[in-house]
Amino acid sequence: MAREHEGAVDLGRVDEIVARHKGREGALLPVLREVQDAVGYLPQEALERVALGLGLSLSQVYGVATFYSLLYTKPKGKYTVRVCESAPCHVQGAQEVIDTLVRELGISFGETTPDGLFTLEKVSCLGVCGVAPAVMIGDRVYGNLTPETVVAVLQEYR
Amino acid sequence: MPEVKVTIDGIEVTVPSGSTILQAAERAGVRIPTLCHHPDQEVKGVCRVCVVEVEKSRTLQAACAFPVADGMVVRTNTPAVREARRVIVELMLSRHPENCLECARNMKCELQALAEELGVRQVRFERKLKDHPKDTSTPALIRDPSKCVVCRRCVYTCEKVQGVAALWPAYRGHETVVVPAYDSDMIDVVCALCGQCIHACPTGAITEKDDTEQVWEALGDPSKHVVVQTAPAIRATLGEEAGLPPGTLVTGKMVAALRRLGFDRVFDTDFTADLTIMEEGSELIHRLETGGPLPLLTSCSPGWVKFIEHFFPELLPNVSTCKSPQQMFGALAKTYYAEKFGLDPADIFVVSVMPCTAKKFEAARPEMNSSGYRDVDVVLTSRELGRMFRQAGIDFEKLEEEEFDDPLGVSTGAGAIFGATGGVMEAALRTAYELVTKKELKELDFVAVRGMAGIKEATVDLDGVKLNVAVAHGLANARTLMEKVARGEGDYHFIEIMACPGGCIGGGGQPIRTTNEVRERRIEAIYREDKRLPIRKSHENPAIKKLYEEYLGEPLGEKSHELLHTHYTPRKRV
Repeated sequence: MAREHEGAVDLGRVDEIVARHKGREGALLPVLREVQDAVGYLPQEALERVALGLGLSLSQVYGVATFYSLLYTKPKGKYTVRVCESAPCHVQGAQEVIDTLVRELGISFGETTPDGLFTLEKVSCLGVCGVAPAVMIGDRVYGNLTPETVVAVLQEYR
Repeated sequence: MPEVKVTIDGIEVTVPSGSTILQAAERAGVRIPTLCHHPDQEVKGVCRVCVVEVEKSRTLQAACAFPVADGMVVRTNTPAVREARRVIVELMLSRHPENCLECARNMKCELQALAEELGVRQVRFERKLKDHPKDTSTPALIRDPSKCVVCRRCVYTCEKVQGVAALWPAYRGHETVVVPAYDSDMIDVVCALCGQCIHACPTGAITEKDDTEQVWEALGDPSKHVVVQTAPAIRATLGEEAGLPPGTLVTGKMVAALRRLGFDRVFDTDFTADLTIMEEGSELIHRLETGGPLPLLTSCSPGWVKFIEHFFPELLPNVSTCKSPQQMFGALAKTYYAEKFGLDPADIFVVSVMPCTAKKFEAARPEMNSSGYRDVDVVLTSRELGRMFRQAGIDFEKLEEEEFDDPLGVSTGAGAIFGATGGVMEAALRTAYELVTKKELKELDFVAVRGMAGIKEATVDLDGVKLNVAVAHGLANARTLMEKVARGEGDYHFIEIMACPGGCIGGGGQPIRTTNEVRERRIEAIYREDKRLPIRKSHENPAIKKLYEEYLGEPLGEKSHELLHTHYTPRKRV
């Protein structure tokens, strides 16, 4: 399944989000989070509306959007696969899980599968070292993974 | 304000509480090197070059940002401090190109000066340059992020001083780069091309587009009749390019030096500044009589014009239709002057010397060809002219003073003060008063509109007619004023806006270094020029009178409309 809003961004929705936060100090970050939730990522048309609405320059908005690693200015897959690359996961065999994911999805880190389903990312720690090696897909965390089980997990999302 | 005692390198000083270590050190006569610090900006504390030892503090502290406390003991010259500063600068250099000799800021680069000051003789880190392409998209500015040290001084200026924020840090950490949104070309964003970022930049990451080669070529071409015009502000700043102190007036030497370079005629933009007053003053009177649209907004500053085209397109009917003095000059040089002296306008090559990077953009605007040719062929900044003088081996100080050529070199004090904030307003008032009241103006100095205050307001009595005027300089101030106008407040009749702080003397094309302190000294020079000149009202300029008699007819007449007036283009807001 491809991303819901690909091509047509619902700018009315963006305007509505901006209107709700307008005038509040520090409105930009909550607006960007909500816009990303609504649209899937932060396309330029949406950031232009955010800039106009909040009285900021597009460069300022873009600066903030590119500073935070969980804000995306490029289209993303429906599910983000976040692989932990820290030491505890590593010693528990994360590299094999990573290799399997890369092979299975056919993309490298930072890329999105052609069907628009998965985006692959590295993270420093998921905070679940007790069940290392761990991977997060969307909002769910999976632990004690092996090359075999990670393929099975992926299947749940396909 | 309570005071505190601090000891810096063994020297005890008393400073107001809340001062930074840097300020206290200045009081103690101790120099601390800085880079992201700028005298006209708020503290950023990002570059860490100014680190010092503070007794009882675990780590080194940034002197520019660290507040003093009573009894504080600071050491600025210890092995740890020297090593830390050197490492910081070496790390910057490890990401900075080594081609200083080929850089426009060679010998005027703060990073270079810092490396020398700290005794850097080798960079102990692996060189890894920022792989970022040069932006040559505009006719005015060249942006080279590979030379950027991410000090954020231009970011401050673009946002706080100019109210534009076209440049902003994007990405994160090691990847941080100061760019327009989406790494766009400058020509595609809301940039006014004012060039104030150049004055903010410690390195060569932003410079003017150098057009000197085109001028050398024209000067070397015997088929070309090459004329030059010099903006009002240039005579008050050009001396700095020859090493003279800010505030030195060099009118006569500048004319002499331009003749040495080989220009066929040395003319003066002050002449068309006077002409602007005739046209714009008449436009003001016409709008007052016919009811609008008011307030009339000045149109001399091309950075301001581009700014209002982007951000307040609904106010474009308020902008004077007068071309800027530069463009009026170009149009007349290839028509009136050509006809009068039997020259083929196709052979006339018009060079402007301007305080301004946005003037390069203005001259390239597609509508600026009312002579049938491109009205102004090349615009040089005062920095570029200084460069040409040095290349030509002209010893500025030894030159005898010379006079401008007739007739486009005849001007008044009113034309001269165009170079300082409030000058266009003052010049217009001198003429408007006499045109409206038919009486002689006794007190020529309208001091209420002079000086560095960001927004200046005054009510002028034209013999019963009360004229509410305002002056703003620096685009952030312009924005504040325009928001007021857009809300329908203020009841203004006439507003002068200059894009750059201090007006043209502080323009983006002016000598490095331009700070507010330097601006004030240049402004003093501008008013000395005004006082020096025998005629101080535009409408009394004999060459202007003759121009109307021989050629234009009357202000706002058909010929004026065709050659001296223009229109504007709404642009995108984001």
